[in-house]
Amino acid sequence: MLTSMDSTSVPPLTVIVGDEELLVDRAVAEVVAAVRATDPEVDVHDLMPSQVSAGKLVEVTSPSLFGDRRVVVLRSAQDLTKEPAGVITDYVKDPVDDVVLVLVHAGGAKGKALLQAALQAGAHRIDCAKPTKASERIAFIKGEFDRAGRKITADAAQALLDAVGTDLREIAAACTQLIADTEGRVDAEAVARYHRGKAEASGFTVADRAVEGRLAEALEQLRWSLAVGMAPVLITSALASAVRGLAVVVQSSRGLSESELAKQAKVPPWKLRTLRQQARGWTPRGVAQAMRVVAETDALVKGAGRDPAYALERAVIEIVAARGRR
Amino acid sequence: MSVFDTLVGQDTVVQRLRAAVRAADNLLSGGDGTGMTHAWLFTGPPGAGRAQAARAFAAALQCTHGGCGECASCHQVLAGTHPDVLYVRPSGLSFGVEQTRELVVRAASSPTGGRFRVVLFEDADRATEAASNALLKAIEEPAPRTVWLLCTPTAHDLLVTIRSRCRLVNLRTPSTEAIIDALVTRDGIDRDRAVAAARAAAGHLERARQLATDETARARREEVLTIPARLDSLGACVHAAARLYEIAEADAKESTAALDEQEKADLKAAFGEGATGKGVAKAVRGAAGALKELEERQKRRATRIKRDAYDTFLMDLVAFYRDVLAIQLGASVELSTADRDADLRRVARSSTPEATLRRIDAIMECRRRINANVHPQIAMEAMTAALYLG
Repeated sequence: MLTSMDSTSVPPLTVIVGDEELLVDRAVAEVVAAVRATDPEVDVHDLMPSQVSAGKLVEVTSPSLFGDRRVVVLRSAQDLTKEPAGVITDYVKDPVDDVVLVLVHAGGAKGKALLQAALQAGAHRIDCAKPTKASERIAFIKGEFDRAGRKITADAAQALLDAVGTDLREIAAACTQLIADTEGRVDAEAVARYHRGKAEASGFTVADRAVEGRLAEALEQLRWSLAVGMAPVLITSALASAVRGLAVVVQSSRGLSESELAKQAKVPPWKLRTLRQQARGWTPRGVAQAMRVVAETDALVKGAGRDPAYALERAVIEIVAARGRR
Repeated sequence: MSVFDTLVGQDTVVQRLRAAVRAADNLLSGGDGTGMTHAWLFTGPPGAGRAQAARAFAAALQCTHGGCGECASCHQVLAGTHPDVLYVRPSGLSFGVEQTRELVVRAASSPTGGRFRVVLFEDADRATEAASNALLKAIEEPAPRTVWLLCTPTAHDLLVTIRSRCRLVNLRTPSTEAIIDALVTRDGIDRDRAVAAARAAAGHLERARQLATDETARARREEVLTIPARLDSLGACVHAAARLYEIAEADAKESTAALDEQEKADLKAAFGEGATGKGVAKAVRGAAGALKELEERQKRRATRIKRDAYDTFLMDLVAFYRDVLAIQLGASVELSTADRDADLRRVARSSTPEATLRRIDAIMECRRRINANVHPQIAMEAMTAALYLG
């Protein structure tokens, strides 16, 4: 990132591409800070497409009479209407010396022409895409600690992620807090002192643990899911698809190819292996029993019963019990 | 020729209704009208023709010749356009209190033609509890010339307070012979096809007519009836349930898609979309709310069509296992799925009557679950698994 940017190297044109707000804000702040470092008097215009007309854009990107430096930040550049976008496209071909223009673009197809025009004009590009994988988030946590000159162990980073969830702003806030509250190297124990529990749990984890017969874990996951406000129907449908998968591999129709089998179970073909592992210990009669339990539970969570949470817990217990059935 | 000709195998009911029509004429000409009353409840198994009976009665009440079936008034009632007959046919899953209140007000006005104001309420069992209570008030204190005709499968489907204020007309399941006769003479269907359809429909006239005339309906039934023989593994159970689900979704989409689009286009046109001139933009903006409401209604209608489709499938399956049971117990009754004879005998040999009863229970349970809003595929997977394992 732009941590060490001296004023002379601030590019006159920067595009920030991505939809992760926190990273975008930081990138913008760094550009502004780099300019301010040389010229504390600099004017900063932070604009949204809804606020700008073509005229306003022409005004802020024109050379100043007194040679003042200016930073123009244009947010959500993809939402610009045709006319102001035209102004920007023209400007990037012929930029003004004392203006630093920062275009923030969400990525994606919308307003792509503008982005292309800016890049062709030699804009400095900063990518701020949302991290999607857990490993990327862990890298982000480590990065946060690095910035503060601190260290965090891998298991501690994982524990923090479990506890806080996937929102980058919340992760960043939790990191800042930990950095302020602790000293030295942060390990899992230190994280556990401040954070407990899980922020996110999925119905699929509940269903997987249940069909694997791991009752305690399944119930724990179920409680977490309900505690973070997951809709009970989503959990029943996850249970239903797990049991459906079992049914298909425990006793397949004759003469089906692997891909047909996967289609029947409504899973991608590579998942058949997982399903077969889960199906160990299940008998057809047990699976039929589990299918009955799922149907019953769906009725209970949709109003036939009083307490969806109770119905789901009972379902998990009964599914685990059905697993041993001969 | 008479309006009562459309009723198949309901001779006693027709007699009673004719007597009531005579009493109604007596009432109109100033007599005491003994034998006529203001509220009638038509009950009977699906397909016996509750709605037809009520409609024929309504026509006879409006006709100056006791239901000739030929005058303008009879034609109007049978076509559903008579100004003094209010037709209520709930198209959603239920009939709400708002709609009922509106109905009650309209029902209280005097007839324009000088005879009766008739309210023909099909599927009155779809009225919600609140709606039933609103209805009760109107039936308790009727306007002098208003006649309520309610239709439900059984008398128990209505509030006991409403039931006690209605005269009951109970239709019986028409015999297969009567249905064959009706199909041949009235619809001009050839005898062999009529026999097959009447047997398959097991006393359900409309279903018999559909099976006799609609190729797709016959094919669907064929497919459903092959399910019991094909359940040879849990995988096949999952597959069969998924297939039934697909068919019902496709059927519902087919029968609603065109209608939905048309209704939406009409509504948008009514709000002035595509028009030019002053104030159009504002009017079109107002359409969003109405459009959303329409979509809600369409969704409810689609759900009902799907449920009806599932119901038909499940009833065909029940008929199959009922026939299995008949074979197992050596009962000499007419088999409605005799065309699957080999499957019937194979299933009958390989299971016990107890298992057959358990299977029928599983089908009925599935039906109940679908009505309780369980995801149909989940409900049917549980059912096919139960059918497979007995």
